[in-house]
Amino acid sequence: MKRYVIIGNGPAAVSAVDGIRSVDSDGSITVISKEEHAAYFRPLISYYLEGKSKAENIFCRPDDFYQKNHCEIILGEAVAINTNQKTVSVSNGESVPYDSLCICSGSSPFVPPMSGLDTVDKKFTFLTIDDSFAIENAVDENSRVLIIGAGLIGLKCAEGLRDRVADVTVCDLAPRVLSSILDDGCAAIVQKHLEDCGIHFSLANTAERFEGNTAVMKDGSSVDFDVLVLALGVRPNTGFFKEAGGACNRAILVDNCMKTSLDDIYAAGDCVEQEDITFGGKRIMALLPNANIGGYTAGVNMAGGEAEFDNALPMNSIGFWGLHIMTAGTYANDGNARMIEEKSDKGIKRFFIRDNRLIGYIIIGEVKSAGIYTNLVRNRTDLTDIDLNLLIKNPNLLPFGEIYRRKTLRGVV
Amino acid sequence: MKRVFVHEEWCLGCHLCEYNCAFANSGVNDMVKALKGKPVTPRIHVEDDGKIHYAVSCRHCENPLCTKGCISGALTKGDDGVVTIDHEKCVGCLSCMLLCPYGCITTDEKDVVLKCELCVKNGRGTPACVEGCPNRAIVYEEVEA
Amino acid sequence: MAVNYMIPSFEIERNDYRCIRCRVCERQCANSVHRYDPDGDVMLSDEFKCVDCQRCVCLCPTHALKIRKNENELRENANWKQNTILEIYKQANTGGVLLSSMGNPEPFPVYWDKILINASQVTNPSIDPLREPMETRVFLGKKPHDMTRDKNGKLNTELPPQLELELPIMFSAMSYGSISYNAHKSLATAAETLGTLYNTGEGGLHEDFYQYGKNTIVQVASGRFGVYKDYLEAGAAIEIKMGQGAKPGIGGHLPGAKVGADISKTRMIPEGSDAISPAPHHDIYSIEDLRQLVYSLKEATGYKKPVIVKVAAVHNIAAIASGIARSGADIIAIDGFRGGTGAAPTRIRDNVGIPIELALASVDKRLRDEGIRQNVSLVVGGSIRSASDVIKAVALGADACYIATSALLALGCHLCRTCQSGKCNWGIATQDPELVKRLNPEAGKERLVNMLTAWKHEIKEMMGLMGINSIEALRGNRMMLRGVGLNEKELEILGISHAGE
Repeated sequence: MKRYVIIGNGPAAVSAVDGIRSVDSDGSITVISKEEHAAYFRPLISYYLEGKSKAENIFCRPDDFYQKNHCEIILGEAVAINTNQKTVSVSNGESVPYDSLCICSGSSPFVPPMSGLDTVDKKFTFLTIDDSFAIENAVDENSRVLIIGAGLIGLKCAEGLRDRVADVTVCDLAPRVLSSILDDGCAAIVQKHLEDCGIHFSLANTAERFEGNTAVMKDGSSVDFDVLVLALGVRPNTGFFKEAGGACNRAILVDNCMKTSLDDIYAAGDCVEQEDITFGGKRIMALLPNANIGGYTAGVNMAGGEAEFDNALPMNSIGFWGLHIMTAGTYANDGNARMIEEKSDKGIKRFFIRDNRLIGYIIIGEVKSAGIYTNLVRNRTDLTDIDLNLLIKNPNLLPFGEIYRRKTLRGVV
Repeated sequence: MKRVFVHEEWCLGCHLCEYNCAFANSGVNDMVKALKGKPVTPRIHVEDDGKIHYAVSCRHCENPLCTKGCISGALTKGDDGVVTIDHEKCVGCLSCMLLCPYGCITTDEKDVVLKCELCVKNGRGTPACVEGCPNRAIVYEEVEA
Repeated sequence: MAVNYMIPSFEIERNDYRCIRCRVCERQCANSVHRYDPDGDVMLSDEFKCVDCQRCVCLCPTHALKIRKNENELRENANWKQNTILEIYKQANTGGVLLSSMGNPEPFPVYWDKILINASQVTNPSIDPLREPMETRVFLGKKPHDMTRDKNGKLNTELPPQLELELPIMFSAMSYGSISYNAHKSLATAAETLGTLYNTGEGGLHEDFYQYGKNTIVQVASGRFGVYKDYLEAGAAIEIKMGQGAKPGIGGHLPGAKVGADISKTRMIPEGSDAISPAPHHDIYSIEDLRQLVYSLKEATGYKKPVIVKVAAVHNIAAIASGIARSGADIIAIDGFRGGTGAAPTRIRDNVGIPIELALASVDKRLRDEGIRQNVSLVVGGSIRSASDVIKAVALGADACYIATSALLALGCHLCRTCQSGKCNWGIATQDPELVKRLNPEAGKERLVNMLTAWKHEIKEMMGLMGINSIEALRGNRMMLRGVGLNEKELEILGISHAGE
């Protein structure tokens, strides 16, 4: 009987369980979980604050999932892997033997050293549901909240908190919001919308030091706050893997089978770097679909089956108070790639095309049926026979021709 | 499983499927009451360039991407193969819309995510779009994958 | 100019409470009657364009629409009826011959409705068709007069070619051109399922339909469109069309606008050219000439296929039929004056020909009297509307019936009688691809099969109640019929007694 061990207990981990069980119903599965909760959907933590998600509704699988799949849960953090003995050392002192290991250890908030941070009374990071519970307890309707970081996490936190508090200010060293997924023009639209919705920004200007509940900013001004949220980004949890000699870049490097450089060790989720088909290299694509598909793929391969995840790409769907933003792939507007822009009163669409293929896009506003674009990116579809101009205005199946439609609308896909 | 299939050569572009769908899922027992003067937000839509018309609704894919990308667990593929949405869980992030290759996920005027659930939840049995199609362009049948 | 004003025939009544502005009516009306006005959020209608085809009424999901006769009335006049006056206005406006479609709608007597069927009571038992065999199969073709034996004393069993039908009903001639590809496909596939035949009309046979050959009658008409060896050999029988009940004595005219690529290929004429069928066959001026054509066609097809000669029911039909029965034809088809058409001059359609009931009765009698009834089978058409019309026709002497209007109704026709416009909203009498696709031939076939399956059940029921268990035994059995409200002359021609006698 094969012994499977999974480090971590998020979406990638439970998908790995599914993957294993799709091939092997007998082997033992041990899940090493840092959090006490069953696997939950991490993006819901801001929706919990906003009141859109109930705490009991955030879980990835039904209550009986672990039991049904005969998973043993060990509460603790993996601290080391011994590849010779094939064991995982857990923070609670246990040593767990594995025949096949999957690392789904996710990431942790990144907090750089900041002067006077220890003088701040109510400071939080924002990555776990426990963070949400803690923030919920710390704020009231008079709270002034300062969020450091105008990325996805910071802005979702701002959205989650706005109606619970008196004021939300977001600052970021970067000159624009969502700098990791948006270009300048698009970021300005989003920022304007968020400002209209009552969020205050202080961009290209972050907190340099803290004096109790006052942040002294880079430009010399100061911001008073009651609650501080640190949303400066995340770092993949890869230390124990590196120490075991595994190949890492910024995260654990995996191939399309989600296999790492070490024997019998796979990895999936936010802690991996894998090939981005739109980029031509490996990168971290810490996104739920990738975690789910990657985890499942890893699970199947761990159990001796055959699976590949060879079409990963970065993508995001994020919305703030009715303004939706979708992005996918790579944005490049240089000698090798060109950009087509479509503006309307409903929003903006930017498409990036290289070698006659759509390699990425940004849409703000008119996001309806954007999956048709994503599909073009994912499938690296040659645009020769596709009227892109038509498609850009109105994403539908017309430009794909009758044969494609017959296949998809009259067949099982 | 039985799915909804569309025969483009018989689609007349009459758009009745959209109205029948919106009515069937309105929870109201009279079409006039359900739709008159209200935004019509069906789960099936007709794409049309004047000459070609065909209806598009959820394909209930064998391996649906929408469920893989759903950040709230609201979208699931049941044992019966039907991909359904749990509005209690849905937070409206539209990841499903980002992922659906066929543009089959839509929202209503209040931004609530809608998709075809084969009229399973509204208790009709046969999907309303199929029943109301005047030219058998939309059919509900078992097709081998 | 006010004198030009043509009072619209219909009014469109829209229940505004029910109308949900889905605009299905607008999208479905090929005549552009309905229109949405976004300024007022109202649906508008142009009743001048409405032909009362009922398409919008049938598709309106909230049943918000009614088409009514325009109640605007000219002063009542028993002689000058409103329609007569309006037709004069129309001609005064245009100077043209009035055109109409489908069958004669005028209130001439319908003899079927004045004939009643007998039933068995007490002294002769009726038959329950659910328990006992009931034969609706018929064979059409020349039958031998006598039993003959060969020189060894064995019975000669070889018969001239016969058509075998599972029920005494066939689909009569409608050309590809007058009706759509999908209508033809519906008829062909239904005929195959039902074990009967459909008829190409004079439009030739589309290459896709050669596969239904054994259920096809191929027609040779005065225009000879699409006629060549493969065509003649494709069908189970060949029909020479001498006349048509809706327009006896005149030819046909398919406007060039309807002669698209497919029709041009099928009819073997240049695309866009008018397809004109002459009034007479230019090679037929006598029964002897007809005989030549009959035998030419038989010769061309190896004497394997029965030849049908189709004529319109006209005054001296009995004599004409007698001639045809001697021409070598295997089957005579007679088309009564109420038969339909894709287009005919109104005056001709409404005033020429005679009722099929009288024509049939006199032809059957004449052929019997002359001892040549066995020479031919008789097929009658021209408004056979129901199973009881079929029963009455068979009892008057028919071997089988031709139906066309009934079949079109089953396909969705609402008898708006504007086939000549080519804008049939039901996808039947049109060649516009967007309209043609409105008739899904799978559904069309199913509806035709349903209708005739129902008729077959009814025919069996009625045969059973008469105590008759085969069409053979009903044919010409006029004792089973009685007339009501008919004068002596009519009864004499029909060869039936009055009810009560």
